[in-house]
Parts: sequence; C-alpha cells; structure tokens
Amino acid sequence: MRQVSKLLVAISFTASMWSNGAVAAPRPATDVTVTDRPNDAGTGLIVKWTLSPDDEESAGANRVVVYQIFRQVNGKPSEEPVAKLNAGNNEYSDSNCQSDAHYQYEVVAVAEDGETSAIATHAERIRPVVQWFDSSRTWVAVIVIFVCAAVIICTELAKHGWSTYVRPIAGLTAIDEAVGRATEMGRPMLFVPGIMDLDEIETVAGLTILSHVGEKAAVYDTPVEVPTARSLVMTAAREALEGAYLAAGRTEGFDEDRVYYVTDEQFGYVAAVCGWMSREKPAACFYLGKFFAESLVLAETGNACGAIQLAGTAESAQLPFFVAACDYTLIGEELFAASAYLSGEPQQLGTLKGQDVGKVLAVVLLVCGSLLATGAMISGRDSLAGRAHDYLMVHVLNKGVGG
Amino acid sequence: MRNVVPLVIAFVAGVTMMLALFVPVLQPLQERASVWFIILAAIAFLIGGTNLLLHHARKIAQQEAGWGFSAVTLVSFFITVFVGLAKWGVPPSDAYPNHPWSGNYITEGAPLWWLYQYIIDPVTSTMFALLSFYVASAAYRAFRAKNTEAMILLGTAFIVLLGRCSAGTFLTSWVPESLEALTFPGATAVIMAVFTTAGQRAIMIGISLGVAAISLRIILGLDRSYLGADE
Repeated sequence: MRQVSKLLVAISFTASMWSNGAVAAPRPATDVTVTDRPNDAGTGLIVKWTLSPDDEESAGANRVVVYQIFRQVNGKPSEEPVAKLNAGNNEYSDSNCQSDAHYQYEVVAVAEDGETSAIATHAERIRPVVQWFDSSRTWVAVIVIFVCAAVIICTELAKHGWSTYVRPIAGLTAIDEAVGRATEMGRPMLFVPGIMDLDEIETVAGLTILSHVGEKAAVYDTPVEVPTARSLVMTAAREALEGAYLAAGRTEGFDEDRVYYVTDEQFGYVAAVCGWMSREKPAACFYLGKFFAESLVLAETGNACGAIQLAGTAESAQLPFFVAACDYTLIGEELFAASAYLSGEPQQLGTLKGQDVGKVLAVVLLVCGSLLATGAMISGRDSLAGRAHDYLMVHVLNKGVGG
Repeated sequence: MRNVVPLVIAFVAGVTMMLALFVPVLQPLQERASVWFIILAAIAFLIGGTNLLLHHARKIAQQEAGWGFSAVTLVSFFITVFVGLAKWGVPPSDAYPNHPWSGNYITEGAPLWWLYQYIIDPVTSTMFALLSFYVASAAYRAFRAKNTEAMILLGTAFIVLLGRCSAGTFLTSWVPESLEALTFPGATAVIMAVFTTAGQRAIMIGISLGVAAISLRIILGLDRSYLGADE
C-alpha cells in the first residue's frame, strides 16, 4: 500500500511538472544573421533569424510567445535583453549602436510559462559601417541640386543685367496703399508675424516683409504695433524694425515699446491682440507668418474694425480663412517671394526666376507621372510604362507603388 | 559689421542642415541644432518675461486704454509664477517624503494644476469656441453671389456642406448606386479628392520651391532684411 502511494505521488509530481511545461524547453530560433543597416552613420544593425519550430499555435505548452534579444558589446554581454519581440517576429533593428564597437547578438525563445530555449547566435562579431551618403535620397539630392543650381545661376545672370520681370503681386503693391490709408486716418498699423518661433521659415519671411512695411511707416511717421507670441521673434522684429527706421533715416521715430511679447499661449495671444484691435481700431493689419486656428479670429476682428487687411501664410488650411476675411492674401510662394519683390534688387529677383525653373521641373514630373500611370493602367504593371511608373514612385518620389 | 557674424552662422548652419539630409554622419548635428534652439528660446523667454512685466507696468502707470487688463495680466502672472516655482500645495513625492519640494509641480489637485484645469483651459476653450461665430460671419461674406467666381464657390460650398451632413445623404438616397457621384456625398468626395487636392498640391509645390528660394537667399546672404541694419 505504501509502495502504491509513493508511485501515485511520483506520478502526480511528474504530471504537475509536465503541465507547468518545466519538462521541455521550446526549441531555439536558428540561422541568426546580423547585417549593417544601410544609409546610417554606423548606428544601426539588423538582426534576422528563422523562427523557432515551436513558434506556432500547435506547439502546446512549449509555444513561443516572446523572443528576447541579448547583445554583447566588445565581448561584454548585457544582463537585460535589449529587446523583447512578440512571437512571429524574425527581425530586430538595433538603432543604438556605435561605429567603433563590435556586436554579437543572441536570440532566446521564451515559452508561455517562462521556459527559455537554448541560445541562438551568429558566428562572427560585427561592426556597424558608417555610410557617407544616404543612397535612398539620391534622387532628392539630384532635384535639390538642380533647383539650387537654377536659383544660383539665375541670381548670377540677374547680377549681370539679365531681365528679371516679375508679375505684379496685388497684395504687395497694396502695402503702400495700406500705409497711406493709416497715415491719412491717423491710426496705427498692426503687424502680426505669426505665432511660431524663428525656426519656422514663414516667420522669417514675415519679418523680411516687416522691415519693408516698417520703412514705409517710418517715412510717413505712422506707428506699427508688433505683438509677438515668441520672445526670439520679438527680439528679431525689433532689430528688423529698427533697421527699417534707420534705412528710412528716421531713427528718432522708432519706438521699441511697440514691439512686445504677449504670450506663447495661442488663444491668450489672440485675446490680447483682438483686444488691442478693438480699442485702437488700426487702419491696416498685416498677418504674415505661420498661423493656425487663430487666423480667422484675428482677420475677422480686423474686418470688424474696418481695417485694410493683408495676410500671407504657407499653411494651406488657413488660406481660405484669410481669403474670406482679408482684402489681399499672399498665397503660399507669394509670401516667400515678397521680400525679393519688395527689395527690387536684381539678384533677389533672380532667385524667383530660379524658382520658376523648379516649377518647370515639377510640371515635367507631373506630366511624365500622369502619362506613365495611364500607360501602366492600360498595359499592366509589368510593362515598360508600369516599371517606369513604379521606379518614379519608389525611387524618385520615395512613395509606395500604389501612391 | 555686426551682421557679418549672423550671416556666417546662417551660412554654416544652413549648409550643414542641408547636407545633413543626405550625409548620415551629419544627422546628429541636426538634432543638436534643435537642442541649441530650445536652449536659446528658453533664455530668450527671460527677455520675453521681463518685457511682459515692463510693458504692462508702463500701461498701468500711464493708464493707457485697457490698463485694467494689464493689471489682471500682472496679477495672474505673479500668482502663476509663485505657485509654480514654490510648488505651493504640491505633496512630496513617494521617493523623497521628507523633502517638501520633491513632488511634481503639476500633480493633480495642486494649485498650479487647478489654475490650468479650471481657469486657463476653460478660457482657452472659450476663445476657440468664438471661432464658430467668426466662421459663420466670414462664410456669409465669402458666399455672397456677387460674380461668377463667387457663384461657383457658393455652389461648391453648398454641395460640400450638404455632402458632409446626414441631410445630404437623405436628400439623394433615391439616386441609384451606379450614379453615386451625383449624390451629395459622392459629389463631395469627388470635389475633395480631385479639385481640392489638385489645388492644394499646386500650392504645396509653390510653397516648397518658395521655401527653397528664400532659404538660399538667406544662406547666401542675399536677403538680410530680417537682421536689421548693418551699422
């Protein structure tokens, strides 16, 4: 009887061990390979492996649920895994490498109950390679070089007397009208250089126009109020406006207190500016820079004040609001062309001609893309047109084939 | 002469950032430049804060129009700065229970959190909500059928507005599926996918080229108007 009970205990113990999965570990991943990640500064490696045979539903208690990736740097192993990937994944991209170190990776399959497989690794330690050129951006580089070269060549040609006619831009010719109106009415003007910081090119574009507006205002002795939403913009706007007054020979007319910081808070800024507009009733309002939801609130308040309004932004979502509420709107590229247009300097106007060469390239790409897409639809993806279309999409435009 | 240094900085930084797009080794410099900008902006905030105080103090002293708002601004500013810096009402963190300032200043229930939750957030939302009235008044003016273009705009807006609400779906529900493009939702989809997208892409191409041109003007020092006068 005692023998039987011992046997029963042994059987139940074995059964419990079996049910906990402690008896058999999952089978390991195999064929671990490590390759250098392309187009980086030697900061990445890609680890690939063949999934464990137990990485499937039918594996029962041994079913792999996670792969743990351990890393050795110059022979020194990591205590904690550098990554844990769910079952079914057979690739890990390590972005935290250094180009002067050697790496070895170990892949460990972990079963549901925590049982781990044998370690799978690769033969040789590997060192990331520094690439000096991102080959995935070759065509972007070609286009950038083409556009930059066109701009520089046109600038040089303009310097040497090449004709640089630029079509009249209604919004910019209206600056004189706006300043004149404010002068006649004896009211101030408002200039809003957007609500973003100096790292936005639209803000810089707005400030270049401010200096031209400031010069006109200095000549007519009309005050310009410049509330800013960023401290750096306030500093730069003061410099630009002071320079404008100096250029106009009216330094005594410059009042730096009219260029001031309000707040970084979007709607706090709007409340302050709209309040000022309601009290002071400016005769002219300029909104030139980067704007978001506040664009319409500002423009509608200016409209209610009866001000002549000029706006410009590259935010395509805000353009309809400005078009609806302002007298003149600089749409997209016109904002960036404004300083060149207003300066009237041949070399600056030359850059606009270079821009036009870029537009020709864009049109050529659009036409080619449309023809190739149509050809691919008619003759199939495997045809010459289909392959050319795919190349254009994937390599030139860096888009998916379907895009 | 004082503009030479900023011009050199603009040239070096501009060329480096442009190259960093294509040379992976330079990409850390790009990230570092962003960090430098954040540090600069943080330092500049001191200038902004000082300017805010002086500007509103002057308005109060001279009793300019709206000086009462300046008084409210200054009082709010000092209260927020005091409550935030002193971590007033913030309980110590669990890790350092004996250090009264070890808690997170935006801990839920703390006065600074309360200021944001019950004053700044509602006030900001109120300002944002005003937008709906401004949209209505701007739309009224924009959609007045005073010429052919305005009539086309009005017609298109009418279709899109109806296409985006359930009334549009209901009104054209009798149209067979094969003629879906003639329903309000179908026509809206066509207008948004074809006409609007085409227009927006044209603007985007122009903007991209404009950005390239103005960047080159600034990098090459052709456009210096943003720097002020060169004394």
